Amino acid sequence: MNIWALLILPLASAVIITLLTRKNKDLSSYISIGAVVACFAIVAPYILKMFGDPHMHPEEQAFIWLDIPGLMVEIGTLIDPLSIVMLTVVTFVGSLIHIYSRGYMHGEEGFSRFFACLSLFIFAMIGIVISNNFIMTFIFWELVGLASYLLIGYYYQKPSAADAAKKAFIVNRVGDFGFVLGIIVIFYATGTVNFAEVARHIAAGEVSNGTLGLASLLIFCGAVGKSAQFPLHVWLPDAMEGPTPVSALIHAATMVAAGVYMLARTGFLFAAAPAGAMEVIAYTGGITALMAALLAFGQTDIKRIIAYSTLSSLGYMVMAVGVGGTNAGMFYLMTHAFFKALLFLGAGSVIHACHTNDIWEMGKLYPKLKITAVTFILGSLAMMGIFPFSGFWSKDEVLTSAFTSGHTLLFIMGVFTAFLTAVFMTKLLIVTFFGEKRYHGHPHESPSLMTIPLIILSIFAVIAGVVGIPGVEPSFGDFMPSFGEGHGEHHFNYFVAVTSTIAVFIGIFVGWLIYSKKAIDNKQLAANWSGLYAALVNRFYIDHFYDTVLVKGIYNQIARISNYIEVYIIINFIINGSAYLTRQTGKALRLTISGQLQHYALAMVGGVLVIMMMYVIL
Amino acid sequence: MTITHYLILSLLLFSIGVAGVLLRRNTIIVLMSLELIFNSVNISLAAFSYFLQSLNGTVFVIFNITVAAAEVAIGLAIVVSVYRSRKTVNVEELDEMRY
Amino acid sequence: MEQIFFYIFAAVAIISALCVVTLRNPVHSAFSLIICLVQVAAIFILLRSPFLAVVQVFIYVGAVMVLFLFAVMVLDMGKETIREHMHSQTIPAVGIVVLLLALIGWLISRGGITAPLGPFDEAALAKNTEVIGKTLFTEYIFPFEVVSLLLLIALIGAVVLVMKERPKSRLQGPQA
Repeated sequence: MNIWALLILPLASAVIITLLTRKNKDLSSYISIGAVVACFAIVAPYILKMFGDPHMHPEEQAFIWLDIPGLMVEIGTLIDPLSIVMLTVVTFVGSLIHIYSRGYMHGEEGFSRFFACLSLFIFAMIGIVISNNFIMTFIFWELVGLASYLLIGYYYQKPSAADAAKKAFIVNRVGDFGFVLGIIVIFYATGTVNFAEVARHIAAGEVSNGTLGLASLLIFCGAVGKSAQFPLHVWLPDAMEGPTPVSALIHAATMVAAGVYMLARTGFLFAAAPAGAMEVIAYTGGITALMAALLAFGQTDIKRIIAYSTLSSLGYMVMAVGVGGTNAGMFYLMTHAFFKALLFLGAGSVIHACHTNDIWEMGKLYPKLKITAVTFILGSLAMMGIFPFSGFWSKDEVLTSAFTSGHTLLFIMGVFTAFLTAVFMTKLLIVTFFGEKRYHGHPHESPSLMTIPLIILSIFAVIAGVVGIPGVEPSFGDFMPSFGEGHGEHHFNYFVAVTSTIAVFIGIFVGWLIYSKKAIDNKQLAANWSGLYAALVNRFYIDHFYDTVLVKGIYNQIARISNYIEVYIIINFIINGSAYLTRQTGKALRLTISGQLQHYALAMVGGVLVIMMMYVIL
Repeated sequence: MTITHYLILSLLLFSIGVAGVLLRRNTIIVLMSLELIFNSVNISLAAFSYFLQSLNGTVFVIFNITVAAAEVAIGLAIVVSVYRSRKTVNVEELDEMRY
Repeated sequence: MEQIFFYIFAAVAIISALCVVTLRNPVHSAFSLIICLVQVAAIFILLRSPFLAVVQVFIYVGAVMVLFLFAVMVLDMGKETIREHMHSQTIPAVGIVVLLLALIGWLISRGGITAPLGPFDEAALAKNTEVIGKTLFTEYIFPFEVVSLLLLIALIGAVVLVMKERPKSRLQGPQA
């Protein structure tokens, strides 16, 4: 099967739905689902091939898109184990979420638009994954941003959704600006944008250390924006304004992981970069992970809690890449895609049943929503990282790479994050599914169109860790390109595993004490730590800071100056001025239009006379 | 007989024609003056043809006459249809195309 | 001898041309124009182009002038009053025409033939119609075709312009 079909199918689906079948909701959804499932079918043989031969030779296909002297840009595909893993995640999770969406979005206005946007997203995401050069990556990078914008703003009549979409788009611009600068630096240093070529130039030592550090930090800016790392994390929780399947697909499983994927793809750059740059990346990830886990406590919206846990997980992945454990990061990315998509879809199912997002209006839903609850609990256990769920293996790898590379502080932050995660996930489970009844109406289990994807995802959330279990061949580390100092192999570290597991169990116990046993009164706790609690509810005032300083202070001032320039200089002077001048000239020249034929004839003869005189004189 | 004689004759006819076009109010007379201009040009073309011993000028006179015939046919048709709607052929009164 | 004829023809042509632009009665102007055109035909004979002379008489005197007279008759124009006679821009127009006359006259008087002479001397022009025909249908065949197309267009255009609005049913061809 031709690899280009991966791009063409979803794009065609988006175009066809937009232009032709928008009126027919069922047909539109079938086209979109068909496209993504077909993509998965194309990817499947590659997965088998990868398992058969973990060190498969990368397949690169490309045609030249832009060829000007000094710059050649290709549209190309690069199929190696790294992209196959990511393709699997995108198309497999994407297929399940498409199917789920058919049930979840049932009866929504703009149903076809939703599927068109999903197809556009799949197209763009696959583009990022299979891209073989920076420019193409960047184009599709922006396209996923667009799809994300369209889908967050799906309920565009709601001001909060429109604002969230705008916020996501603008915050991403900040990161993308750095990304562009990084690409420029790389192009300036190596004269090419193709990944393999750039890697060759760097390996040959043609690029100075300072340039490498600058380029890697700038490229990392793009990842900070897209993967919502501190300090650009503010858009992700707001992005939960979009429909839940979108949160699951884009803002948990795939798009936000694109930043991590990109870090892995350009790993040759980070492996060669000076240690300082890597430290920045690692600590950015660590801080994000810890901060997001804390912030999750301040939320009551089920989707926002999971969104903060996503932030925390993304921080984990970035931290893993930062400490040199690219394969650990990618492994976590893969397992995270399964259990986080599961959690979001489960949350969607709960919301579908209760018609509210507030966990304090749920409670004791377990008897009503058995399938959702069981799958949700499985997902939560995977998220917390309990043996033998997939999350355990991947988190263990991340922590091990932090520990073995000597980043003890990061290791402690990671373990503490795991503890916090366990506490708030326990809280989420207890408040939502157990405890006393607080819901209204009669919640009922979602249709099978929604529960089947949940079940499939929960299976993968449980077993996906198998490929990463140390000692099992072929292991996940084999799939990943190993750069530089050979972080490719992974040794099981009992100290790390035991420490994190103990932390998680303490977390569960604490959560149980507070929210189920009520041994510790959570209201009392909030009152005692009122300062911290207020900070948590207000998201550490980071959004507030952006609003006051950036939006009101800088943005509005720029707006005022731009407004002044537009109104007085452009409109009043240039536009109206030229119009006035034209009008006055016209008025003056109008007098010569007498309507008298012979006046014109006289002018013509006079003109001939003048020309002849000029000829004679000159 | 030199070419100058013919060219002076052509020039005089041309000037009279131009004067007619610029001065007369009757559209038909204006068209007749245009014919005068055509003929003056034809004379100079034929004169050049004769004195340069080349046939190009003569052939152009033929084309000129043809074009003049077409022009007169169209011009008179316009004058007739204008007269039908305006009841006048006075050039000065046909000044709707003004500011 | 030839010179005397030239001056006679030229004088008559100029006088009749002046009559064309000065006489008030359009019919008189038209007849003056006929005289002028006949003189031009005579000039063509002096220039050893009897073919042109014949064409001039046929087309101008025969066809074009009849068209003019028809138009004058159809429009039923009598003598013009003084006010109707001349356009209001007399002075600038006369000034420009005089200037033009002086300038071109000066240029003509200074000029002379410098271009190389062609093959068609007086002996070759003896078979005037034959050489013109050959040139017209060989070297100038494309302009010839274009001009014939132009005539066709002018013909149709004149018919369309003069045609009166008729009830639509008659234009749609025979009915019943």
